[in-house]
Parts: sequence; C-alpha cells; structure tokens
Amino acid sequence: MSVIETSHLTKIYDEGPVAVRAVDDVSIQITEGEFTAVVGPSGSGKTTLLNIIGGLDRPSSGSVKVADVELGDMNEDQLIKFRLENIGFVFQSYNLIPVLTAKENTEFIMLLQGVSEKERDTRVLQLLDEVGIGEQANKRPSEMSGGQQQRVAVARALASRPKFVLADEPTANLDSKSAENLLDLMLQLNKEENVTFIFSTHDQRVIDRARRVITLEDGKILSDESR
Amino acid sequence: MVLKLAWRNIWRNKRRTGITLAMTIFAVVLSTLMMSIKEGVYENMISSTAGDFSGYAQVHSNGYWEDKSLDLAFELTDSLEQKITNTNNVEGFMPRVDGFALAAVDNVSKGSMVIGIDVEKEKTFHGLDKRVSEGTYLTANDDAIMIGDGLASHLKLTINDTLVLLGAGYHGMSAVGKYPIKAIVKFGSPELSKQLVFMPMKAAGMFFATDQLITTIVLKTKNSNNGINAANSLTQKLNEKYEVMNWKQMNPELVTMIEADKSEGYVFMFILYMVIGFGIFGTMLMMLAERKREFGVLVAVGMKRIKLSIMVWVEILTVSILGAILGLLAAFPVCYYFFTNPIQYGEEITEMAEEYGMEAVLRASLAPHLFLEQALIIAIIASVIAIYPFIKLQRINAVKEMRS
Ligand SMILES: Nc1ncnc2c1ncn2[C@@H]1O[C@H](COP(=O)(O)OP(=O)(O)OP(=O)(O)O)[C@@H](O)[C@H]1O
Ligand SMILES: [Mg+2]
Repeated sequence: MSVIETSHLTKIYDEGPVAVRAVDDVSIQITEGEFTAVVGPSGSGKTTLLNIIGGLDRPSSGSVKVADVELGDMNEDQLIKFRLENIGFVFQSYNLIPVLTAKENTEFIMLLQGVSEKERDTRVLQLLDEVGIGEQANKRPSEMSGGQQQRVAVARALASRPKFVLADEPTANLDSKSAENLLDLMLQLNKEENVTFIFSTHDQRVIDRARRVITLEDGKILSDESR
Repeated sequence: MVLKLAWRNIWRNKRRTGITLAMTIFAVVLSTLMMSIKEGVYENMISSTAGDFSGYAQVHSNGYWEDKSLDLAFELTDSLEQKITNTNNVEGFMPRVDGFALAAVDNVSKGSMVIGIDVEKEKTFHGLDKRVSEGTYLTANDDAIMIGDGLASHLKLTINDTLVLLGAGYHGMSAVGKYPIKAIVKFGSPELSKQLVFMPMKAAGMFFATDQLITTIVLKTKNSNNGINAANSLTQKLNEKYEVMNWKQMNPELVTMIEADKSEGYVFMFILYMVIGFGIFGTMLMMLAERKREFGVLVAVGMKRIKLSIMVWVEILTVSILGAILGLLAAFPVCYYFFTNPIQYGEEITEMAEEYGMEAVLRASLAPHLFLEQALIIAIIASVIAIYPFIKLQRINAVKEMRS
C-alpha cells in the first residue's frame, strides 16, 4: 500500500526573468518501509520535490496524498500540525537548535507533541544509543562534529515515530566516512523501526545503498529503478 | 519549554545581549539621574517658596486671598478646629493674623508684613525659634516683636531698640503701636527677610483690633502632596464661608515654571529613549537575520509560529527589563549619594537661589515614581520593538528561510 502518492506534480517558479519548472509532471508512489534516494544534478528539483511531499511547499498544479490525506486541502496551521505528527525532517545543515543539548534536541519534537517526560526519556536514551551519541547526550551542537550532529538530527527525526523521514542531502556536509556511517545508520533504523526513508543526494556511495533510486532531471523523472 | 529556549538564546550571543543591556542601562541611569535631580530642585523650590513659611495649604475666609483684607478675619471656633485636626494628612495647624503696616524709626520707614503668631505652634511646627539669630524667642504674653534680619539692617536696628508700627486695623480702625525688638530672625528669602515682623497673637489682636479673630490658618503637612490632599478633603468639610487653598493655587507662577522645566526634561528623555530604542531595534534586526535558518528549521519540523513569536518576544522583553532593573540598581546609589550629599552651588548661583528663597543646594530626589516611570518606559519601548519580530515571525516561510 502506498503511503505517499503524487500525481502530475508541477512546481513553477516565475519570480525570476524566466519561469523555472522546478518539478515537472512528477507522479510517483512510495510504499511503506521503502528506502528511496532521489538523485539528480544540482537544480534538478530534488529539494523542491521533497519540500512539497513534506508539506513545506505547495505545488503549482497536481496533488500529493500522504496516508490518504490530500495536502492541498490543508491550511498553513494544519500543515504545521501535519508535519509535526507525520514527518521527520533531516536537512543538509543547521538542523539542530544551537542552544539545546543533543538530548534536548532529540526530544524537542516530542516536547512539541506533548509527550510525557517518562516516555521522552526512555525513547531519547534508546535513540541516542542507537545512533551512537549516548556519550555526547549533554553536548551542544557546537561541541560536536558534523557527522555527530547529523546523527542527532536523524535521532530527532525518528524520535516521535513519524510515518516517514524526509532527508534533503543529509550527507552533503560530511566527509565520505561519516556519510557512509550515517547511511548505514539510516538503513539500520529503516529495518528496525520500519520507517520509510526518502532522501536526496548526489553522492554515488550513498546512492549505492538505496533500494530504489528516482532520478530527476530538469524537474522530470528520468528513471525510477528498484533493486 | 519556550521560556527555557528564550532564556538560553539570550545568553547565546553574549556580546549582543551585553550591548543591548549596556544601552538600556545607560539610558535608564542617565534619565533617572536627570529626573531625580530635576525633581529634587522642584522639591527644594516648593519647600522654600511654599512649604517652610506659608505651608502647603491654608484656610481663609472666602475671598481673603484676593483682597488680603483684615475685615475678612474670622473666629477659630472649636468645631472648625476639630474639622481641621480630624482631616487626613494634617499634622497640625498654625493660626495667624496677617496684616500690613509701616515700620518707622526716626525718619526712615519701610512697608512690612506684620504677622500675629501662636508662638508655641510656630515653634513646634516649623522651628521658628531656631531662626532667631540675636535675642530670645517671643513668649505668648510678650508685648514685643521679632523682625527679619533684612528689615533690621535696613532700619539699622538691633535688639532692645524700639520700632513704631503704623497701619490700618479691623474695619478701618487705625493700628498704631510702639514695640521693643526682642529678637532678630533670619530668613533665606531676602524678600521675606526685609518685611517680616512677628508679634504674639495676643499683641496682634490688640494692635489690629482683631481681638480673637484670625485671617489665616496654615496647615502643617508632611510634604507638598499631602498638602494638596489635605486641602481637597478639608474643602469637602467646610462650608462656603471658607476657602481652602493648596500651595499650587497660592503659587501659580511656581507651578508654571516647574511644568515648563519638566516638559524640557521629557523632551530630552524622549530623544534619549528614541536613540536607544533604535539602537536596540538595530541589534534585534541583526539577530533576526542571523537566526533566519534556525527559525525556518523550527517551523519546518512543526513548531507553531505563535510559539516562535512568543519565544522571541520573551527574549527581547527579558533583556530589556533586565536592563531596566540593572539600570535602576545602578542609578539608585548615585541618586542616593546626591540626596545625602547635595551639591553646593557656586557663590554666584547661591545669591540667585537665595533671592528666590531657595536653599542653595542641588539635592537629588528619591521619589519612587521617578524610578517606576523609567522601568515602565523601558517596558513599553521593548514591547513596541518586539511587535516587529512578532508579526514578522507569524509570516515566516520555512522553505524561503532555509534556502537563503
Ligand atoms: N524559491 C525559489 N524561487 C525561484 N526559483 C527557485 C526557488 N526554489 C528553487 N528554485 C529553482 O528551481 C530549480 C530546482 O531547485 P531545487 O533546489 O529543487 O534543486 P535541487 O535538485 O535541490 O538542487 P541542489 O542539488 O543544488 O540542491 C532550480 O533551478 C532553482 O533555481
Ligand atoms: Mg537541494
């Protein structure tokens, strides 16, 4: 059964001198438990596509259905609530709140959701151990390496048990060793917690680990291969 | 959680917070000190022109203040006395007979104010006996006078000399008398010093033929404000035979002068706070620009915009109020120092001040409203400044902020 379904999704930016079709007639279906990479050269529309799927941005035409809910029918506040309850985000950088420790960052979303302290504590400790940051739980982002920060970001994205995790170039600022480690971690969590992962990347080693690869070019789907 | 985030954010960029705090403290200290000294000068002016001698409130027969006629003398009845002493804020009262007479000796004469006093009351309520520079203070049954030192030197008189007084008494009767000078009294105000002649009430009753009647009741109150309050409540109690006047009504020029000077102070304060306000606004804009991405991420992961707005609002308000408190803590000892160690004026100004009957010192005021006002102003400015990010963050677009 598909958790995400886009049909004829198109996003046109016409603020500049020429209108840009950032996403052009994209129809995809993503089923539960997938580990999917969206790849393509710079400017091919990866970020735009993920943002629309995640309810951060709205398409110019076409529709997105997530868990049978039509995102286009929601207003801004409903979308914020929808994101909070259903999606874990990992961004390329500046993911973490600088004034909070690793532990506090991880529990932040649960706090927004109003999860009880006891439940938060067990979940956070378990997750930080899983991502290998248990020792650094009380460090602030500025005291951690880029790879460690992204691990915390993944832990935070998963903490509230979202339906799926959207990660936009999560490894872009990492050296290749850390990038591979992060990917292994995501794969492991994908299995253990049965969370659907969609991430964008143009790092070949990362692409190699994906089980489905959707390639974009100029906003259009160039290929869609499962392996 | 919003509060925790706000608090940590405040201390995250110590320099920016420090600058904001320093600006606030500077403004608060400067304007508190200015207002405190101004207020101190007013208090000094009010107490020397009004308070010391004429009191902050007086009771007369209706119309007396206009005419200053002895014919409007009245009786201090028991019921009147009771109404006065039962009035809130009134600590006591001094009955007086105020009249005019020509003071003459040999061929020299000078117009003077002859004041019949209750010697005991004048002593207890404003220490008239302490102003005696030569001779001894009057007693109730004396048939003698005390004169101001200015008048004494003008007429070249000293104690035990005799002074002739010529005037008009009650209902046109002539008031003539010859009195020995028992004491010379010193008054800061040369205006008063050149005119004052004090006489015990009994002697004055004979001189002016007013007998037991008086023209004026000076109310003794702790300060100028109490004087106004006392006058207000006493007006309610007395019938239209009497007029109760507060020091403002008796000294309209003084009030105008103070008001004018105060508005100057407010203008200065306004400019100062405008400058500081824009400074704080500037650092706040910098802060918003620096944290754009962070705000974007927060909204993206599901933080409600209103929470974000409240967080930043709390940050700005906390820093400003902290600045205001620190500013007041810094300003208070300075004001307190100038309250206990008033600045002595230079010689030239001393003379000028004395001409206005003022004590020649610059003493700061510690009136609580001065300090509360500053804190309030800061709180208002901060709230106004905080409106901007509040609205701005309500419209934040996560995608845009994260792309930049
Ligand atoms: N807010 C916007 N306004 C105008 N044009 C935009 C905007 N956002 C994206 N674009 C354009 O849309 C196209 C797709 O951008 P997008 O960021 O989705 O690409 P991407 O595949 O994520 O690229 P990269 O690998 O560099 O991150 C680009 O040509 C970009 O310039
Ligand atoms: Mg991108």
